[in-house]
Amino acid sequence: MAIWLTKDSKVIVQGMTGSEGSKHTRRMLAAGTQIVGGVNPRKAGTSVDFDGTAVPVFGSVADAMKETGADVTVIFVPPAFTKDAVVEAIDAGIGLAVVITEGVPVHDTAAFWAHAVETGNKTRIIGPNCPGVASPGASNAGIIPADIAGSGRIGLVSKSGTLTYQLMYELRDIGFSTAVGIGGDPIIGTTHIDALAAFQDDPETEAIVMIGEIGGDAEERAAEFIKAHVTKPVVGYIAGFTAPPGKTMGHAGAIISGSSGTADAKKAALEAAGVKVGKTPSETARLMREVMSGR
Amino acid sequence: MDLYEYQGRDVFEKHGLPVLAGGVAETPEEARAIAERLGGRVVVKAQVKVGGRGKAGGVKLAADATEAYDRANDILGMDIKGHTVHKVMLAETADIVEEYYFSYLLDRANRTFLCIASVAGGMEIETVAEEQPDKVAKIAIDANRGVDEALAREIVTAGHFPAEVADQVVDIAIKLWQTFRAEDATLVEVNPLAKISSGKVLCLDAKVTLDENAGFRHADHEALEDKAAVDPLEQAAKAKDLNYVKLDGEVGIIGNGAGLVMSTLDVVAYAGEQFGGVKPANFLDIGGGASAEVMANGLEIVLSDPAVKSVFVNVFGGITACDAVANGIVQALAMLEGRGESVTKPLVVRLDGNNAEAGRAILDSANNPLVQRVDTMDGAAKRAAELAAAGK
Repeated sequence: MAIWLTKDSKVIVQGMTGSEGSKHTRRMLAAGTQIVGGVNPRKAGTSVDFDGTAVPVFGSVADAMKETGADVTVIFVPPAFTKDAVVEAIDAGIGLAVVITEGVPVHDTAAFWAHAVETGNKTRIIGPNCPGVASPGASNAGIIPADIAGSGRIGLVSKSGTLTYQLMYELRDIGFSTAVGIGGDPIIGTTHIDALAAFQDDPETEAIVMIGEIGGDAEERAAEFIKAHVTKPVVGYIAGFTAPPGKTMGHAGAIISGSSGTADAKKAALEAAGVKVGKTPSETARLMREVMSGR
Repeated sequence: MDLYEYQGRDVFEKHGLPVLAGGVAETPEEARAIAERLGGRVVVKAQVKVGGRGKAGGVKLAADATEAYDRANDILGMDIKGHTVHKVMLAETADIVEEYYFSYLLDRANRTFLCIASVAGGMEIETVAEEQPDKVAKIAIDANRGVDEALAREIVTAGHFPAEVADQVVDIAIKLWQTFRAEDATLVEVNPLAKISSGKVLCLDAKVTLDENAGFRHADHEALEDKAAVDPLEQAAKAKDLNYVKLDGEVGIIGNGAGLVMSTLDVVAYAGEQFGGVKPANFLDIGGGASAEVMANGLEIVLSDPAVKSVFVNVFGGITACDAVANGIVQALAMLEGRGESVTKPLVVRLDGNNAEAGRAILDSANNPLVQRVDTMDGAAKRAAELAAAGK
C-alpha cells in the first residue's frame, strides 16, 4: 500500500508556475505522479504544458479540489507566502500538504500548525523545509529523485534530504514502500513518530530506517514510541556526532543547545529501545541488509 | 541569531518594557562618558553571548565615572569561557528587593510557544525548576491567540508572583509577548525581572534570540549582527550566500545537503582517529544545485583557510547530476587558477547517485594531479584524513 501517498493520489501544486515549482512538477509527472492541477490566483483558467501534458491552473486549493478531486498538495511558494498557502490548504480540507519551502519563519510554522490543530487536524502537514514523500513506482510528491530506488519493503523516515537519497541508493536493490522526508526545521508537521506509526500499520513495510540529526528531542521521543508500539525492526542513523554545541549546522533545527540535542543522547535512547544505530550511512545500510536477509 | 544584552535592552525599550537607562562602550573612555551621562553610579557588564559572566568577574559596580573607567578597563579584553569581551554595557544601578524570572520560547516538542515564569529568579531557571518546581509556571501559548490580559493574569498567578507586583508583571507579560511576536524571536528571557526598592518592576537583563529565517521582514535585524565577532571565513562565506561554519580541524569539507554534510563531518572525524586525530575544518553545504560557480566559491573559501590541509568533496547526486558537479569542480579549479590563486592542497572527491559514472569519467579525463577520486564515502573520508595528516 505504501503510506500517505499511492498511485491513486491526486496531486496539485501550489506555486506550480514558479521556477522551482515548474521544474519539480515536470519531474513528478515523469515519475508517474497524477498531477491534476496547479494553484495560482493570478493565472486561474490557464494551463501549463509539461512535455505534452497540459496541467490546468486553478484560483484556489478549494477550486482545484472541487474540479479534480485532488487529495494532496505540494507547496513550493516562497517563505513569505508559505503560511497563507498552508492555511488555505487546511481550510480547503485537503488530506495531505507537503511543504517543500525552505526558510519559513518559525512563527509562521507555529501559526499554521496551531491553525491545523484548532481545525481538527484534518490535513496531514509534512515539512516545511523537507524533500517530500516518495512511494517508488506509485507516486512522488516533492523533490526526492524518483529513480534512486524502486518499490520494496523498507519504509524510511528522515530529517535530511540528501541522507534520504544516500540510504535509498545504498538499499536500492531491496527497495522502499515509502520514503518520507520530514524536514530539519524546529517545528514540523509530521514527526518521526507519525511515520513510524504509519509504517507499523502498513502491510507492505517490513522494516524501517529512521534518520535523525542533532537538535531537539524528537529522536528520543521516537525511541519511546518504538519501545511501546513498533514491532517491526527499526534501524537508525543520527548525523552530527562531532558537531560542536551552539552552532547551527545548516538546518535551522540542527543545533545542540547546552547538553540537549546531542547525537550521543539520541543514539543511546534508540539503542535502549532495541534500535540498531549505524555509525555511518554505509554501516546503517549494512545493518538494514542484515535485518532483511533473514526475511 | 543571539543578541547581546545591550541590543536586547534596546529591543525591550523599543517595545515599551521597563528597563534601566544604559549605554554600550568599547573603550574605558566611552564607559566614563556614559557613566557621567547616567549620573555616576553604574553597573559595568561584559557583553558576551555566554552565561556565567558574573561568576567570571564580568559584572562590576562602579561608584562614579572614574571607577566606571577602571572597571571597564578591567573587563574589556577579559576572556569569559573562550569569549573575548569587546564591549561593556553600562546601566543605572537599582536596589533590588526581589528577583523573578520570565521568558517566552519556542517549544519544539509541543510545536508551539511556551511561557516560563517564576517568582524565584536571579539564578538559572533550570536550577529553580529542580529545587522548587512548584514555583515555576510553564504555560503553552497558542501562536494565533497570543497573550492577552486574562492569560497574563493566569501566568502571574501560576508563577506565584506577589499581589503587589501582579499588575506590573501582567503588563510586562503582555508587552514581552508583543516583543517576542513582533521581532520574530525564538527566545526572550528576563532574568532577573526585579522589584526595586521603589516598588517598580524592571527588566534587568535581556536575552533575545531572533529567527534568521524571518530576516526578510525585519530590515533592521541585519544591523544587529556583530560582524566583527564572526569568523572572517564565515563572513566571507555569508557574503557569497554559502552555508559555512568554521570548525577547528584540518580537513576541508564540501557537500550537498545539511544532513549529508553533518554525516561527512562525523565520518571524517572517525577516519581521522587513525591518522593522529585530524578533524574536519568546516561545515559547508553547497545545497542541491551545485553549479560551477557555487563550487568555485565554496572551494575558494575552504582552500583559503590556512588550517586546511586537504579537502573532501562529498556529493550525492540527487536532483543535481554528478556530471554537472564534476564539471563544476574542474571549472572551479580552472576559475581559481584564473583568479591567480594557486591551488596546492589535495582534493578527494566522492561522487555517487545520479550520473555518477559520467561524473567520475569527467574527473578522470581532466586528470588534475591534485584531484583524487574515491568512490565510497568511508573510503574517501579515510583518504582525505590521511592526506591531511601527511600535510600537517
